[in-house]
Amino acid sequence: MRPFVFESLSSPQQAASRNGPDSAFIAGGTTIIDLMKLEVMTPSRLVDVNGLPMSGIEMGEDGLRIGALEKMSAVAIHPEVIAHYPVISEALLRSASGQIRNMASIGGNLLQRTRCGYFRDVNTPCNKREPGSGCSAIDGENRMHAILGTSPSCIATHTSDLAVALVALDTSIRIQNGTEERLIKLDDFYLVPGDTPDRENQLRPGDLITEIRVPKLPWAKRSTYLKIRDRDSYEFALTSAAVVLDVDGDKIRDVRIAVGGVGTKPWNLPKVSQALIGKPLKEAALVEAAKLAVEGANPSKHNGFKIDLVQRTIVRALVNLGDLA
Amino acid sequence: MQRRSDREMELPADAEPDHEGGSSRRQFIRRLAAISAGLTVAAPLARGVAVTEESLPKSPPPDPADLNGLTQINLKINGSTERLAIDPRVTLLDALRDRLELTGTKKGCDRGACGACTVHVDGKRVLSCLTLAVMVQGKEISTIEGLAKGQELHPVQAAFIECDGFQCGYCTPGQIMSAVACINEGRTGSDGEIREFMSGNLCRCGAYPNIVDAIKVAAAKMRGGVN
Repeated sequence: MRPFVFESLSSPQQAASRNGPDSAFIAGGTTIIDLMKLEVMTPSRLVDVNGLPMSGIEMGEDGLRIGALEKMSAVAIHPEVIAHYPVISEALLRSASGQIRNMASIGGNLLQRTRCGYFRDVNTPCNKREPGSGCSAIDGENRMHAILGTSPSCIATHTSDLAVALVALDTSIRIQNGTEERLIKLDDFYLVPGDTPDRENQLRPGDLITEIRVPKLPWAKRSTYLKIRDRDSYEFALTSAAVVLDVDGDKIRDVRIAVGGVGTKPWNLPKVSQALIGKPLKEAALVEAAKLAVEGANPSKHNGFKIDLVQRTIVRALVNLGDLA
Repeated sequence: MQRRSDREMELPADAEPDHEGGSSRRQFIRRLAAISAGLTVAAPLARGVAVTEESLPKSPPPDPADLNGLTQINLKINGSTERLAIDPRVTLLDALRDRLELTGTKKGCDRGACGACTVHVDGKRVLSCLTLAVMVQGKEISTIEGLAKGQELHPVQAAFIECDGFQCGYCTPGQIMSAVACINEGRTGSDGEIREFMSGNLCRCGAYPNIVDAIKVAAAKMRGGVN
């Protein structure tokens, strides 16, 4: 690990002056300490934000508000979260391990870096880590990589399960920069790689995520997160689906779907959702609509299986939720 | 137990001589650790001489006055307070093992993947390899050394022996610390639930069935008010 200066913040307003190009915030540390040991991240100043007033989990008139410093484990078992948005609780409980969930903050979870092995290996080219150096994954080992939102520069997947659930729920995040605040839709917050895979989101210097806001959605109490992976637990997704379903008799009144493990960002699927509204909750209709999920997919040598797998993941999640199984 | 903080080169009174040199394996390792700790400060500078211009950090390095000064911290470990002067890079795991001689907590992957370094901070299980020591000042840290009450083993420790929940034993302190938390979290409703909530602790010997048995035995005892 490279040397750094360590300091703690006492007010969110201070954050703006501390977040220069060579400094980094630390909350739970589960991503950044790992990447600093690997020298993938080499901040010269590490700024501890744990002392800031950014906690609390509250269900209000407008929906759910989660302070950015809340731990994954606390959100996962919160009674209001379980009651109103089971998809959030399930996505969190299928992420990482009990230890990591006790450490990682919700804000940090949304900013976790890709698990692409080439990004994590400073001895190989990687456009995300070292812009312009090339992508080792495109012609390399790419079984875990993305099939949607890829570019000739980068095919790394975004690995947050929580972000997939939050995108399906049309979540916004509150960002503070000095005394300024802004709200941004999480779906817009994340960027596809294009020619600049090192730019992963819309954060600007000095920005600090302070809060997550999930809009009120009464029918989200019928929601689930299905994660398909190489081992049962403590593994990143091959594919995953966050699904929220509202039924009217045997017809689909409304539905929200986002998928993980396949995109360079959490992949929202409004077209699949639109295609399903008014359709019978039958497997044949689900299979047909799920085909729209992989429009424009660009598989690599080792991950072509994800084209079928992600469609089946969507169908299975909806079947589970609709009690069709 | 004798603990050392700022006194690295002192030898423990109970050091066992080995067959060859009359000094213990632990003394030898400690000397190596002291030597490498000295090198740590110099290493980035030495590297700077050898690297090419492109690979240098893009900005001027931080003020050396800030980097050379160690930070004084107090850690509350197993009920007692330890004072240490450390580099901010030092993880809780390395502080425990290399500075405080609490070597029960094990270093496996050192990357947050194996769970061998699991300790409790304010009653919650966490990975000490991904925790900076400077960030847990003032918090209650519990390690495997603090689990037993004197000579009386914690029910989870006793159950691991009873159920033969280990082979080589290297992952065992982390398994036990995680198991105590798993039981406290109420996640022992079924074998499947235990396996799911213990999945952050890898055992390369594959003692998993016996670990699950041990947790069930311990959970039943703890619910019965034994501990």
